[in-house]
Amino acid sequence: MLRARGDRDLRFGIVVNEGPYTHQASDSAYRFARAALEKGHEILRVFFYHDGVNNGTRFTVPPQDDRNLQRQWSELAEAHKLDLVVCIAAAQRRGILDANEAKRQGKDGDNIAPGFRISGLGQLIEAGIQADRLVVFGD
Amino acid sequence: MTGQSKRKKFLYINRRAPHGTIYALESLEVVLIGAAFEQDVSLAFIDDGVYQLMAGQDTSGIGVKNFSKTYRALGDYEVRKLYVERESLAERGLTVEDLMPISFEDEEDDYAEKPSILVADRSEMVRLIAEQDVVLSF
Amino acid sequence: MPTLHTVNKSPYERSSLRSCLDHLAEGDSVLMMEDAVVGARRGGKFVEVLKAARPSCTVSVLAPDLAARGMKADDLAEGIALVDYGGFVDLAVANARVCAWL
Repeated sequence: MLRARGDRDLRFGIVVNEGPYTHQASDSAYRFARAALEKGHEILRVFFYHDGVNNGTRFTVPPQDDRNLQRQWSELAEAHKLDLVVCIAAAQRRGILDANEAKRQGKDGDNIAPGFRISGLGQLIEAGIQADRLVVFGD
Repeated sequence: MTGQSKRKKFLYINRRAPHGTIYALESLEVVLIGAAFEQDVSLAFIDDGVYQLMAGQDTSGIGVKNFSKTYRALGDYEVRKLYVERESLAERGLTVEDLMPISFEDEEDDYAEKPSILVADRSEMVRLIAEQDVVLSF
Repeated sequence: MPTLHTVNKSPYERSSLRSCLDHLAEGDSVLMMEDAVVGARRGGKFVEVLKAARPSCTVSVLAPDLAARGMKADDLAEGIALVDYGGFVDLAVANARVCAWL
Protein backbone atom coordinates (compact mmCIF):
# COMPACT_ATOMS: atom_id res chain seq x y z
CA MET A 1 0.00 0.00 0.00
CA LEU A 2 1.50 3.30 -1.06
CA ARG A 3 1.28 6.29 1.19
CA ALA A 4 -0.05 9.56 -0.20
CA ARG A 5 2.41 11.90 -1.84
CA GLY A 6 3.57 14.77 0.32
CA ASP A 7 5.57 17.98 0.10
CA ARG A 8 8.90 16.24 0.55
CA ASP A 9 8.26 13.85 -2.29
CA LEU A 10 10.35 14.26 -5.42
CA ARG A 11 10.08 13.44 -9.09
CA PHE A 12 12.74 11.02 -10.22
CA GLY A 13 14.11 10.34 -13.66
CA ILE A 14 15.91 7.02 -14.08
CA VAL A 15 18.38 6.09 -16.81
CA VAL A 16 19.22 2.45 -17.58
CA ASN A 17 22.33 2.06 -19.73
CA GLU A 18 22.66 -1.73 -19.83
CA GLY A 19 20.55 -4.64 -20.98
CA PRO A 20 19.09 -7.29 -18.70
CA TYR A 21 21.03 -10.26 -17.29
CA THR A 22 24.61 -9.41 -18.32
CA HIS A 23 24.75 -6.42 -15.97
CA GLN A 24 22.95 -5.78 -12.71
CA ALA A 25 22.07 -2.22 -13.79
CA SER A 26 18.49 -2.94 -14.83
CA ASP A 27 17.78 -4.94 -11.66
CA SER A 28 19.23 -2.15 -9.52
CA ALA A 29 17.21 0.49 -11.36
CA TYR A 30 14.02 -1.57 -11.00
CA ARG A 31 14.54 -2.00 -7.27
CA PHE A 32 15.37 1.68 -6.86
CA ALA A 33 12.21 2.63 -8.77
CA ARG A 34 10.06 0.37 -6.58
CA ALA A 35 11.59 1.75 -3.39
CA ALA A 36 11.04 5.33 -4.58
CA LEU A 37 7.39 4.60 -5.39
CA GLU A 38 6.90 2.91 -2.02
CA LYS A 39 8.14 6.07 -0.35
CA GLY A 40 5.60 8.16 -2.24
CA HIS A 41 7.96 9.67 -4.79
CA GLU A 42 7.06 9.96 -8.45
CA ILE A 43 8.95 8.28 -11.28
CA LEU A 44 8.68 10.79 -14.08
CA ARG A 45 10.28 8.55 -16.68
CA VAL A 46 12.61 5.59 -17.06
CA PHE A 47 14.86 6.08 -20.07
CA PHE A 48 16.59 3.07 -21.62
CA TYR A 49 19.76 3.91 -23.50
CA HIS A 50 22.78 2.12 -24.97
CA ASP A 51 22.27 -1.66 -24.52
CA GLY A 52 19.58 -0.71 -22.00
CA VAL A 53 17.13 -0.71 -24.90
CA ASN A 54 17.30 -4.52 -24.77
CA ASN A 55 15.16 -4.39 -21.61
CA GLY A 56 12.29 -3.44 -23.90
CA THR A 57 11.96 -6.53 -26.08
CA ARG A 58 9.09 -8.89 -25.30
CA PHE A 59 10.94 -11.74 -27.03
CA THR A 60 13.20 -12.66 -24.10
CA VAL A 61 12.53 -16.08 -22.61
CA PRO A 62 14.58 -16.45 -19.42
CA PRO A 63 14.52 -19.82 -17.61
CA GLN A 64 11.44 -20.28 -15.42
CA ASP A 65 13.43 -20.17 -12.19
CA ASP A 66 14.91 -16.78 -13.12
CA ARG A 67 13.30 -13.35 -12.99
CA ASN A 68 11.82 -11.92 -16.17
CA LEU A 69 13.11 -8.35 -16.09
CA GLN A 70 11.11 -7.15 -19.06
CA ARG A 71 7.92 -8.42 -17.44
CA GLN A 72 8.89 -6.81 -14.12
CA TRP A 73 9.28 -3.44 -15.82
CA SER A 74 6.07 -3.87 -17.82
CA GLU A 75 4.11 -4.77 -14.69
CA LEU A 76 5.58 -1.88 -12.71
CA ALA A 77 4.68 0.45 -15.57
CA GLU A 78 1.14 -0.89 -15.62
CA ALA A 79 0.68 -0.59 -11.86
CA HIS A 80 2.10 2.93 -11.56
CA LYS A 81 1.49 4.42 -15.00
CA LEU A 82 5.25 4.67 -15.56
CA ASP A 83 6.65 6.13 -18.76
CA LEU A 84 9.23 3.60 -20.03
CA VAL A 85 11.06 5.14 -22.98
CA VAL A 86 13.45 3.27 -25.24
CA CYS A 87 15.84 5.52 -27.16
CA ILE A 88 15.06 5.27 -30.87
CA ALA A 89 18.62 5.69 -32.15
CA ALA A 90 20.00 3.11 -29.72
CA ALA A 91 17.02 0.82 -30.41
CA GLN A 92 17.49 0.92 -34.18
CA ARG A 93 21.14 -0.10 -33.79
CA ARG A 94 20.12 -3.05 -31.64
CA GLY A 95 16.96 -4.29 -33.33
CA ILE A 96 14.28 -3.09 -30.93
CA LEU A 97 11.26 -2.03 -32.97
CA ASP A 98 7.68 -1.04 -32.44
CA ALA A 99 5.04 -1.62 -35.13
CA ASN A 100 5.53 1.83 -36.69
CA GLU A 101 9.29 1.52 -36.86
CA ALA A 102 9.10 -2.01 -38.23
CA LYS A 103 6.87 -0.77 -41.00
CA ARG A 104 8.99 2.29 -41.68
CA GLN A 105 12.21 0.24 -41.84
CA GLY A 106 10.64 -2.57 -43.84
CA LYS A 107 11.19 -5.21 -41.14
CA ASP A 108 8.92 -8.23 -40.81
CA GLY A 109 7.94 -7.79 -37.19
CA ASP A 110 8.18 -5.72 -34.03
CA ASN A 111 9.28 -6.74 -30.55
CA ILE A 112 8.58 -3.83 -28.20
CA ALA A 113 7.25 -5.00 -24.84
CA PRO A 114 4.01 -3.77 -23.21
CA GLY A 115 4.43 -0.51 -21.34
CA PHE A 116 7.52 0.53 -23.30
CA ARG A 117 7.52 3.13 -26.03
CA ILE A 118 10.20 4.17 -28.51
CA SER A 119 11.09 7.84 -28.66
CA GLY A 120 13.96 10.23 -29.11
CA LEU A 121 16.86 11.31 -26.92
CA GLY A 122 15.00 14.52 -26.24
CA GLN A 123 12.95 12.50 -23.76
CA LEU A 124 16.11 11.96 -21.71
CA ILE A 125 16.98 15.67 -21.68
CA GLU A 126 13.38 16.54 -20.86
CA ALA A 127 13.46 14.10 -17.94
CA GLY A 128 16.62 15.83 -16.72
CA ILE A 129 14.89 19.19 -16.94
CA GLN A 130 11.63 18.16 -15.30
CA ALA A 131 12.82 15.70 -12.67
CA ASP A 132 14.16 16.74 -9.27
CA ARG A 133 16.80 14.00 -9.47
CA LEU A 134 18.15 11.97 -12.36
CA VAL A 135 19.71 8.66 -11.35
CA VAL A 136 21.87 6.72 -13.81
CA PHE A 137 22.37 2.94 -13.69
CA GLY A 138 25.01 1.43 -15.95
CA ASP A 139 28.12 -0.67 -16.27
CA MET B 1 6.80 29.58 -16.17
CA THR B 2 9.30 30.96 -18.68
CA GLY B 3 11.78 28.79 -20.50
CA GLN B 4 14.59 30.70 -18.86
CA SER B 5 13.60 29.75 -15.34
CA LYS B 6 13.67 26.07 -16.31
CA ARG B 7 17.23 26.37 -17.64
CA LYS B 8 19.31 23.81 -15.79
CA LYS B 9 22.99 23.05 -15.52
CA PHE B 10 23.79 19.75 -17.22
CA LEU B 11 27.16 18.05 -16.85
CA TYR B 12 28.16 15.11 -19.01
CA ILE B 13 30.99 13.12 -17.43
CA ASN B 14 33.10 11.14 -19.90
CA ARG B 15 35.54 8.68 -18.34
CA ARG B 16 36.05 6.10 -21.06
CA ALA B 17 38.31 5.91 -24.08
CA PRO B 18 36.46 5.98 -27.40
CA HIS B 19 35.84 3.04 -29.78
CA GLY B 20 36.29 0.08 -27.38
CA THR B 21 32.71 0.67 -26.29
CA ILE B 22 29.93 2.81 -27.73
CA TYR B 23 29.55 5.01 -24.65
CA ALA B 24 31.57 7.96 -25.99
CA LEU B 25 29.64 8.08 -29.27
CA GLU B 26 26.21 7.70 -27.71
CA SER B 27 27.10 10.27 -25.04
CA LEU B 28 27.99 12.71 -27.81
CA GLU B 29 24.65 11.98 -29.47
CA VAL B 30 22.88 13.01 -26.26
CA VAL B 31 24.91 16.21 -26.12
CA LEU B 32 23.96 17.08 -29.72
CA ILE B 33 20.25 16.41 -29.21
CA GLY B 34 20.33 18.11 -25.82
CA ALA B 35 21.71 21.29 -27.39
CA ALA B 36 18.26 22.00 -28.84
CA PHE B 37 16.90 22.33 -25.29
CA GLU B 38 19.12 25.36 -24.59
CA GLN B 39 20.32 24.25 -21.19
CA ASP B 40 23.61 25.28 -19.58
CA VAL B 41 25.78 22.39 -20.77
CA SER B 42 29.29 21.41 -19.68
CA LEU B 43 31.30 18.34 -20.62
CA ALA B 44 33.91 16.85 -18.31
CA PHE B 45 36.65 14.59 -19.61
CA ILE B 46 38.16 12.62 -16.75
CA ASP B 47 40.36 9.49 -16.63
CA ASP B 48 40.45 7.70 -20.03
CA GLY B 49 37.72 10.08 -21.21
CA VAL B 50 40.48 12.51 -22.22
CA TYR B 51 41.26 10.12 -25.08
CA GLN B 52 37.92 11.03 -26.68
CA LEU B 53 39.47 14.38 -27.62
CA MET B 54 42.77 13.07 -28.99
CA ALA B 55 43.92 14.62 -32.24
CA GLY B 56 44.59 12.39 -35.23
CA GLN B 57 42.19 9.56 -34.42
CA ASP B 58 42.16 7.13 -37.36
CA THR B 59 39.62 4.34 -37.09
CA SER B 60 40.01 3.10 -40.66
CA GLY B 61 41.72 -0.05 -39.46
CA ILE B 62 39.08 -1.11 -36.92
CA GLY B 63 35.84 -0.65 -38.83
CA VAL B 64 34.40 1.75 -36.27
CA LYS B 65 32.97 5.12 -37.25
CA ASN B 66 35.35 8.00 -36.53
CA PHE B 67 33.11 10.49 -34.78
CA SER B 68 35.91 12.54 -33.25
CA LYS B 69 35.46 15.42 -35.69
CA THR B 70 31.98 15.94 -34.27
CA TYR B 71 33.52 17.34 -31.07
CA ARG B 72 34.92 20.18 -33.17
CA ALA B 73 31.40 21.08 -34.28
CA LEU B 74 30.07 21.39 -30.73
CA GLY B 75 30.66 25.14 -30.73
CA ASP B 76 27.98 25.49 -33.41
CA TYR B 77 25.59 23.76 -31.00
CA GLU B 78 26.33 26.26 -28.23
CA VAL B 79 28.29 23.59 -26.35
CA ARG B 80 31.41 25.51 -25.46
CA LYS B 81 32.62 24.26 -22.12
CA LEU B 82 34.72 21.12 -22.48
CA TYR B 83 36.57 20.66 -19.20
CA VAL B 84 39.57 18.35 -19.44
CA GLU B 85 41.10 17.23 -16.16
CA ARG B 86 44.74 18.21 -15.85
CA GLU B 87 45.64 15.26 -13.59
CA SER B 88 44.00 12.75 -15.96
CA LEU B 89 46.09 14.08 -18.84
CA ALA B 90 49.31 14.02 -16.81
CA GLU B 91 48.73 10.48 -15.49
CA ARG B 92 48.47 9.30 -19.11
CA GLY B 93 51.54 11.10 -20.34
CA LEU B 94 49.40 13.55 -22.31
CA THR B 95 49.25 17.30 -22.56
CA VAL B 96 46.56 19.53 -24.02
CA GLU B 97 48.74 19.74 -27.15
CA ASP B 98 47.86 16.11 -27.86
CA LEU B 99 44.16 16.99 -28.10
CA MET B 100 42.20 18.35 -31.06
CA PRO B 101 41.97 22.11 -31.16
CA ILE B 102 38.31 22.87 -30.47
CA SER B 103 37.01 26.41 -30.58
CA PHE B 104 33.85 28.46 -30.94
CA GLU B 105 32.99 31.86 -32.34
CA ASP B 106 31.91 34.23 -29.60
CA GLU B 107 29.11 36.31 -31.15
CA GLU B 108 29.20 38.64 -28.16
CA ASP B 109 32.85 39.43 -28.82
CA ASP B 110 32.83 40.24 -32.56
CA TYR B 111 32.88 36.51 -33.43
CA ALA B 112 36.32 36.08 -31.95
CA GLU B 113 37.48 32.47 -32.06
CA LYS B 114 37.90 31.14 -28.51
CA PRO B 115 38.98 27.75 -27.19
CA SER B 116 36.24 25.39 -25.95
CA ILE B 117 38.74 23.12 -24.20
CA LEU B 118 39.35 24.25 -20.66
CA VAL B 119 42.01 22.38 -18.74
CA ALA B 120 40.78 22.09 -15.17
CA ASP B 121 42.46 20.89 -11.99
CA ARG B 122 40.77 18.10 -10.08
CA SER B 123 39.69 20.63 -7.45
CA GLU B 124 37.95 22.63 -10.18
CA MET B 125 36.20 19.43 -11.34
CA VAL B 126 34.94 18.95 -7.79
CA ARG B 127 33.46 22.46 -7.83
CA LEU B 128 32.02 21.88 -11.31
CA ILE B 129 30.16 18.75 -10.17
CA ALA B 130 28.90 20.54 -7.06
CA GLU B 131 27.20 23.29 -9.05
CA GLN B 132 25.20 21.04 -11.42
CA ASP B 133 21.50 20.27 -11.50
CA VAL B 134 21.92 17.12 -13.59
CA VAL B 135 24.97 14.87 -13.96
CA LEU B 136 24.88 12.33 -16.78
CA SER B 137 27.45 9.59 -17.13
CA PHE B 138 27.44 6.76 -19.61
CA MET C 1 23.61 21.00 -1.30
CA PRO C 2 25.99 18.04 -1.56
CA THR C 3 26.18 15.22 -4.08
CA LEU C 4 25.41 11.51 -3.82
CA HIS C 5 28.06 9.56 -5.70
CA THR C 6 27.32 5.98 -6.72
CA VAL C 7 30.00 3.39 -7.46
CA ASN C 8 29.03 -0.03 -8.80
CA LYS C 9 32.29 -1.71 -9.76
CA SER C 10 34.84 -3.54 -7.65
CA PRO C 11 37.84 -1.33 -6.91
CA TYR C 12 39.96 -4.47 -7.38
CA GLU C 13 38.92 -4.44 -11.03
CA ARG C 14 38.32 -0.82 -11.98
CA SER C 15 39.36 2.67 -10.95
CA SER C 16 35.87 4.14 -10.50
CA LEU C 17 35.94 4.08 -6.69
CA ARG C 18 39.31 5.81 -6.70
CA SER C 19 38.07 8.44 -9.17
CA CYS C 20 34.92 8.98 -7.17
CA LEU C 21 36.85 9.48 -3.92
CA ASP C 22 39.19 11.91 -5.71
CA HIS C 23 36.20 14.07 -6.66
CA LEU C 24 34.32 14.42 -3.39
CA ALA C 25 33.29 17.79 -2.00
CA GLU C 26 32.64 18.53 1.67
CA GLY C 27 29.55 16.74 2.94
CA ASP C 28 29.09 14.48 -0.09
CA SER C 29 27.88 10.88 0.25
CA VAL C 30 29.19 7.75 -1.45
CA LEU C 31 27.05 4.67 -2.07
CA MET C 32 28.85 1.43 -2.93
CA MET C 33 26.48 -0.89 -4.76
CA GLU C 34 26.56 -3.99 -6.97
CA ASP C 35 30.17 -5.29 -7.24
CA ALA C 36 31.54 -2.19 -5.49
CA VAL C 37 30.52 -3.65 -2.12
CA VAL C 38 33.58 -5.91 -2.18
CA GLY C 39 35.72 -2.84 -1.58
CA ALA C 40 34.11 -2.21 1.81
CA ARG C 41 35.08 -5.48 3.48
CA ARG C 42 37.23 -5.14 6.59
CA GLY C 43 40.79 -6.19 6.05
CA GLY C 44 40.62 -5.37 2.35
CA LYS C 45 43.15 -3.06 0.79
CA PHE C 46 40.66 -0.30 -0.04
CA VAL C 47 39.57 0.27 3.55
CA GLU C 48 42.41 2.75 4.10
CA VAL C 49 41.56 4.54 0.84
CA LEU C 50 37.95 4.88 1.98
CA LYS C 51 39.03 6.12 5.40
CA ALA C 52 41.28 8.72 3.78
CA ALA C 53 38.35 10.12 1.78
CA ARG C 54 37.14 13.43 3.12
CA PRO C 55 36.21 13.01 6.77
CA SER C 56 33.06 15.05 6.22
CA CYS C 57 31.74 12.48 3.73
CA THR C 58 29.68 9.39 4.52
CA VAL C 59 30.18 6.04 2.84
CA SER C 60 27.29 3.57 2.61
CA VAL C 61 26.93 0.09 1.19
CA LEU C 62 23.76 -1.30 -0.37
CA ALA C 63 22.77 -4.17 1.95
CA PRO C 64 21.11 -6.52 -0.59
CA ASP C 65 24.23 -6.33 -2.76
CA LEU C 66 26.43 -7.10 0.26
CA ALA C 67 24.29 -10.09 1.24
CA ALA C 68 24.25 -11.36 -2.33
CA ARG C 69 28.04 -11.53 -2.21
CA GLY C 70 28.13 -13.55 0.97
CA MET C 71 28.85 -10.76 3.42
CA LYS C 72 27.11 -9.41 6.50
CA ALA C 73 27.11 -6.09 8.34
CA ASP C 74 29.88 -7.44 10.59
CA ASP C 75 32.13 -7.86 7.58
CA LEU C 76 32.13 -4.15 6.77
CA ALA C 77 35.05 -1.94 7.64
CA GLU C 78 34.50 0.49 10.50
CA GLY C 79 32.55 3.66 9.76
CA ILE C 80 30.69 2.34 6.75
CA ALA C 81 26.90 2.49 6.89
CA LEU C 82 24.49 -0.09 5.55
CA VAL C 83 21.36 0.97 3.62
CA ASP C 84 18.58 -0.82 1.76
CA TYR C 85 17.02 0.45 -1.49
CA GLY C 86 14.79 2.75 0.55
CA GLY C 87 17.93 4.20 2.10
CA PHE C 88 19.38 4.64 -1.37
CA VAL C 89 16.28 6.65 -2.31
CA ASP C 90 16.61 8.71 0.89
CA LEU C 91 20.23 9.49 0.03
CA ALA C 92 19.18 10.63 -3.45
CA VAL C 93 16.56 12.88 -1.87
CA ALA C 94 18.92 14.30 0.76
CA ASN C 95 21.52 15.28 -1.83
CA ALA C 96 21.04 17.80 -4.62
CA ARG C 97 22.22 15.52 -7.45
CA VAL C 98 23.33 11.98 -8.09
CA CYS C 99 26.63 11.34 -9.86
CA ALA C 100 27.25 7.81 -11.13
CA TRP C 101 30.88 6.74 -11.49
CA LEU C 102 30.37 4.10 -14.17
